[in-house]
Amino acid sequence: MSTATVDDHHDEHPGFFKRWITTTNHKDIGTLYLLFSLLMFFVGGAMAMVIRAELYIPGLQWVEPGFFNSMTTMHALIMIFGAVMPAFTGLANWLIPMMVGGCDMALPRLNNWSFWILPFAFTMLLSTLFMPGGAPAGGWTMYPPLVLQTGNAFPFVIFSIHLMGISSIMGSINVVATILNMRAPGMTLLKMPLFVWTWLITAYLLIATMPVLAGAVTMLLTDKYFATSFFSAAGGGDPVMFQHIFWFFGHPEVYILILPAFGIVSHIIPTFARKPLFGYSSMVYATASIAFLSFIVWAHHMFTVGMPLVGELFFMFSTMLIAVPTGVKVFNWIATMWRGSMTFETPMLFAVGFVIMFTLGGFSGLMLAIAPADFQYHDTYFVVAHFHYVLVPGAVFAIMAAGYFWLPKWTGHMYNETLGKWHFWLSTIFVNLTFFPMHFVGLAGMPRRIPDYSLQFTEFNTMASIGSFGFGLSQLLFAFIVFQTIRGGKKATDQVWEGAEGLEWTLPSPPPAHTFDVPPVIK
Amino acid sequence: MTDKKATTVLRSSFIALAMFGFGYLMVPIYDVLCNITGLNGNTEIVSTQQEVEFEPDMTRTVKVQFVANLNNSMNWTFEPEIFELEVHPGQRIVTNYTAINHRPDAVVGQAIPSVMPGLASRHFHKVECFCFTNQTFAAKEERQMPVVFVVDPALPEKVEVITLSYTFFDVTETASVTPFTFEVPAGG
Repeated sequence: MSTATVDDHHDEHPGFFKRWITTTNHKDIGTLYLLFSLLMFFVGGAMAMVIRAELYIPGLQWVEPGFFNSMTTMHALIMIFGAVMPAFTGLANWLIPMMVGGCDMALPRLNNWSFWILPFAFTMLLSTLFMPGGAPAGGWTMYPPLVLQTGNAFPFVIFSIHLMGISSIMGSINVVATILNMRAPGMTLLKMPLFVWTWLITAYLLIATMPVLAGAVTMLLTDKYFATSFFSAAGGGDPVMFQHIFWFFGHPEVYILILPAFGIVSHIIPTFARKPLFGYSSMVYATASIAFLSFIVWAHHMFTVGMPLVGELFFMFSTMLIAVPTGVKVFNWIATMWRGSMTFETPMLFAVGFVIMFTLGGFSGLMLAIAPADFQYHDTYFVVAHFHYVLVPGAVFAIMAAGYFWLPKWTGHMYNETLGKWHFWLSTIFVNLTFFPMHFVGLAGMPRRIPDYSLQFTEFNTMASIGSFGFGLSQLLFAFIVFQTIRGGKKATDQVWEGAEGLEWTLPSPPPAHTFDVPPVIK
Repeated sequence: MTDKKATTVLRSSFIALAMFGFGYLMVPIYDVLCNITGLNGNTEIVSTQQEVEFEPDMTRTVKVQFVANLNNSMNWTFEPEIFELEVHPGQRIVTNYTAINHRPDAVVGQAIPSVMPGLASRHFHKVECFCFTNQTFAAKEERQMPVVFVVDPALPEKVEVITLSYTFFDVTETASVTPFTFEVPAGG
């Protein structure tokens, strides 16, 4: 990728240091974000492999239970904050200026800083693996009082979360400033592509909720080291209050992890169905409704803490209400495909896979929303199955779809279509083999976050482990395809895809370093 | 940077800062909500040591259960004298808890009460309770600690069992720190 994208008319030939370390170019920063996210995806994935190796058969074979718990905790933190969120920010960096006809992000220097905080944050987080007392093992939700028993790793985790929060708040402010101020003349808000819309709403969610998480973890820090009693009952605090504050952040967070994916899929399906997106404005309003509802449903994560009936009912019904705007989106995608001239290149395969499997995850979410039933499902593998269905064949598949869809634009080369299809089918088969059996063991009562389990769960766990090894190996194929495409391949046309529409497809492939210095005019 | 852009950035940063503050604001909001509604079985609201006099309702009996817990690895024994009592609402009841410090050194304990079902906590008046203050125990000390309470006759009909639970915490290290409580005027 370092070869072709230098813009000649500016006559710049920056060296490696200037190009990547001090860069303020949105395309280069986007690339950095995406490569960082790919790296973290493999680090977090390796931890998942440790988890699944241990759970292959009952009993303890490979790791100590404490280390096992560190693996589940770190896997979640790295995948959420290190893989999925930076991938979306990377896509935002690459695509939003090109999609709205702006010349760069609104705040290029801040953009550089937002990215370069992340490697430090994750070095700090990963360094806890080598500390006495081990990495954090109390779950990524960090519930007190358990999390306060973390050893020397504790302040490192808190500060790395602060850094990740600062990074994503600055990134979001940048996205908002870009979308609201850098649009080409004539691009009104309701003419913006959906990826831009979903990111605008995501950015506001991030700005509104990451500071709440920062506050919650700061309270944990002062509880442990400065004798405050926010969550200590002995001093008049309440551990349950942490859960309320955490999930006030945590539920909008899960939409932060999925709304940009909705945007991506809303670009890919119309392209390969060769029809305009069905119900554009309903898509925008549905996204906004989901974002609003995400603030008033948080306690459905804690139905079992002993809330009064009226609380259970409120959070149950408000949660179920989210199915309405989400359903609008799913039906819009289906209506877009209806009677379209569809072809199934790799991005389309991933996008269709997303629609089907994300919806499956949504259905199990509805089951969990039923408060009386949740008492059985709570903290079981059913929950693990649910959120992995919405996050892996949901968010991660959408990111991969975006990778295949825009990679020819970014690099100027077509990826290897045969290998891409292999990657899709292997991933889809193995992801289902991994996570589908978890529904069954969960309903049968297998608790999450344990290194050992009862004999009757063996077969399904063995299936899940085999599936996860297959899924993990298939992703090496993805990394190979990406690097192969960066290095060379069939020349991509400017439009790349026959049905592609949008400003980014009017630019050359690969685009020069500086694009839309003169804003295009949108009719 | 253009003015318009600067305004956007300032507004967004302000939202972020305000939400950081809101995270902390949730703490008093939560406490006040729980105290007013009794949602989490928090009994602080009735700990005002004013006289609570009711006409006993001899036609009704409510079962009151007593539970004692110790927070992690405290080397104490802590249990109620009687595990269960049948009381008439309005009656003033005295019962005892026993605590023994098995450790060879002095320990400051703080008992935290909780009433289940949470919504009954408003109708469970503790007139005297060892949970109001820190309890200093000498090495190997054993002590009887009385609890005096009245169940309000206004207790909803459907509540037939009330569980009063105490958890003792070792607060030796932080004993100088006064636990913060929200005093809401009685009847509020």
